[in-house]
Amino acid sequence: MSQPTLISAQGLSVHYALRGGLIGPKPYVGAVENVDIEIAAGSFFGLVGESGSGKTTLGRAMLRAAPISRGDVHFDDGEVSYSLKDLGKQDLKDYRKRAQLIFQDPYAALSPRMTVRDIIAEPLEVMGLTSSRTETDERVREIAAKCRLNVEHLRRFPHAFSGGQRQRISIARALVSGPKFIVADESVAALDVSIQADVLNLLKAIQEDMGLTFLFISHDLSVVAHVCDHVAVMYLGRIVETAPTRTLFSTPRHPYTTALLSAIPSLDPDDRGKVQKLEGEIPSPTNPPPGCKFQTRCPHAIDLCRTQEPSLEHAGTEHRVACHRWQEVGGEAN
Amino acid sequence: MSRLIDVENLTLQFDTDEGRITAVDNVSFSLEAGEVMGLVGESGSGKSVTAKSLMKLNPRNAIYGPDTKITLHLEDGPVDVMSLQTDAEMKIVRGGSISLIFQEPMASFAPAISIGDQMVEQLMIHTDFSKAQSRELSVEMLDRVGISDPGTRFGQYAFELSGGMRQRAMIAMALSTKPKLLIADEPTTALDVTIQAQVIDLMKDLVTEFGMGIIFITHDLGVIAQTADKVAVMYLGKLVEQGSVRDVIRRPAHPYTRGLLAALPTLDDIDAPLTPIPGDIPSPLERPSGCVYHTRCQEVIGARCSVEAPQFMTVDTNHAAACHIHDANEGAA
Ligand SMILES: Nc1ncnc2c1ncn2[C@@H]1O[C@H](COP(=O)(O)OP(=O)(O)OP(=O)(O)O)[C@@H](O)[C@H]1O
Ligand SMILES: Nc1ncnc2c1ncn2[C@@H]1O[C@H](COP(=O)(O)OP(=O)(O)OP(=O)(O)O)[C@@H](O)[C@H]1O
Ligand SMILES: [Mg+2]
Ligand SMILES: [Mg+2]
Repeated sequence: MSQPTLISAQGLSVHYALRGGLIGPKPYVGAVENVDIEIAAGSFFGLVGESGSGKTTLGRAMLRAAPISRGDVHFDDGEVSYSLKDLGKQDLKDYRKRAQLIFQDPYAALSPRMTVRDIIAEPLEVMGLTSSRTETDERVREIAAKCRLNVEHLRRFPHAFSGGQRQRISIARALVSGPKFIVADESVAALDVSIQADVLNLLKAIQEDMGLTFLFISHDLSVVAHVCDHVAVMYLGRIVETAPTRTLFSTPRHPYTTALLSAIPSLDPDDRGKVQKLEGEIPSPTNPPPGCKFQTRCPHAIDLCRTQEPSLEHAGTEHRVACHRWQEVGGEAN
Repeated sequence: MSRLIDVENLTLQFDTDEGRITAVDNVSFSLEAGEVMGLVGESGSGKSVTAKSLMKLNPRNAIYGPDTKITLHLEDGPVDVMSLQTDAEMKIVRGGSISLIFQEPMASFAPAISIGDQMVEQLMIHTDFSKAQSRELSVEMLDRVGISDPGTRFGQYAFELSGGMRQRAMIAMALSTKPKLLIADEPTTALDVTIQAQVIDLMKDLVTEFGMGIIFITHDLGVIAQTADKVAVMYLGKLVEQGSVRDVIRRPAHPYTRGLLAALPTLDDIDAPLTPIPGDIPSPLERPSGCVYHTRCQEVIGARCSVEAPQFMTVDTNHAAACHIHDANEGAA
């Protein structure tokens, strides 16, 4: 039952240098700090957290598209085994076809001057993965069909498509090089509920069909609950809790996770006013608070939390949480 | 409660290169003071166009239908919005009385003027406040929408704020004139759930505090369930269902509303499959005949749906839907 790990991070940090600061230590943004994460082959792994918590940066670091300041990322698909921190040029080129990104915004991501066929074919041509136009066309048609785009669609330009259709084009483009690992960054955030359901079903079907591994970044917890088998919650660059989806939603252990879950607007009009509100905002990553990063907003913070940063500990099978007080305060969802 | 706005037979078309598009088709609704109405529907259904119409903010290629009537009820008596022509006349609806929170956050702030200066400027145009009072009120509103250190943020520019903060600043600005009617177009879509909960709370406080009416546009039915008193559902420019929030969410009467609800991921049963509404929204240039929804409808009851446009029918007190199934149910009555 347990699958081998496809990709993992060990002590991964991504720092962005800031301007200024001639005297003293160089100021930086700790967008991702000391993250350990393991993604099993074939899983649909969700990454959630407030805006600015570092989700995109972590996803990009796992694609080697953000600088790795400390720690490392390991990728092993059975054919190749890479250490991303010091990947040679040739290996990096090979890695690009094994790991792909689906963009957030289906409106901005597609070039208006290219036909859908050319948009989908571009990665094949750039990476030199096919040797003839006939072969390219065949690959494009095959992947387009999987994404429910027909030959007729391929001749058109993206502006002629609806949001859902454009998102299917982005997906086809990401899949055409035959990747093993896909980072989908807020891929359905801009879509209506109905189109969103359609695209999510498509992603799941493709994942099962092609045996892909997904890192699915989203701030919509209801969506994550439905499509992901595993979830990690980020706060200020750190992973604060990770667990199988069902466990996380039924027995969240971190006060931040509990707050996030309780803020989801319920569909029942009689639930009004029952939301447990989280006051304040996520602190600035250039100037994080000492101790636990959540202590400034945590209703359970004690002195220990203000001085010492908790590390991830086991709270159950595959369930890990970074909170000094999880055993006392862990909440029951809903 | 007293009536705030009446919208009757609102029809709006656009002249485009490809032909004439009907964006809003014979839409009628009304809102009381202190009431929150949710306006839902898929992308392109005409929600934003409807909202902008109430302030006559649509571009030049817009053509209003001849029967369109919009009446805003102010303290000094009713205002016939369609008859307002000059900028001076439009001031009645564009500042002060109606505030619109735009869907595009960047569109609301000029890039080269600080957030605070813009807030103060519009307060001084629309109210009798002095500069100092305007400043004080603006900082207070920034604070109330959950922006920390509002005094500092006041002096910053739009590009210096995160997306969520910009959206909250916009909400603060729209609310600072204490409008009678607030139209909020997808105001919480880019916000995190935690911030969204704060903003929704604030809006509800203001409804109670000032008896403000709100038209809340969103495609998030969860947000609607937590904020609105009543709901109007739009599809391809048509209003297809209207009713109290409980009725519409618990007993949806139009197949389209049922489809929207079924597509929504909920936490009650995370194993339930997500069910999209089949098919794509037709192009506004090729509006289907008969009921505009019949090309995607799961409950079509025969040829009638593709021929005859259904009228609004009452299904319960204060709950109506435009669908032939209700006609059939009522039998010969
Ligand atoms: N290229 C960059 N240079 C400097 N700072 C950056 C850069 N990219 C991201 N950051 C900072 O790193 C932090 C994490 O950003 P990131 O985009 O990863 O967040 P996120 O969780 O994806 O947020 P959102 O939900 O808003 O997309 C933020 O404080 C952001 O300002
Ligand atoms: N200035 C314009 N010229 C021509 N057509 C327009 C114009 N503005 C809007 N439309 C069309 O009117 C229809 C309704 O658009 P509207 O923006 O009201 O949709 P919406 O329901 O707000 O969608 P969304 O959820 O994506 O914001 C669409 O078909 C749109 O393309
Ligand atoms: Mg992001
Ligand atoms: Mg709109």
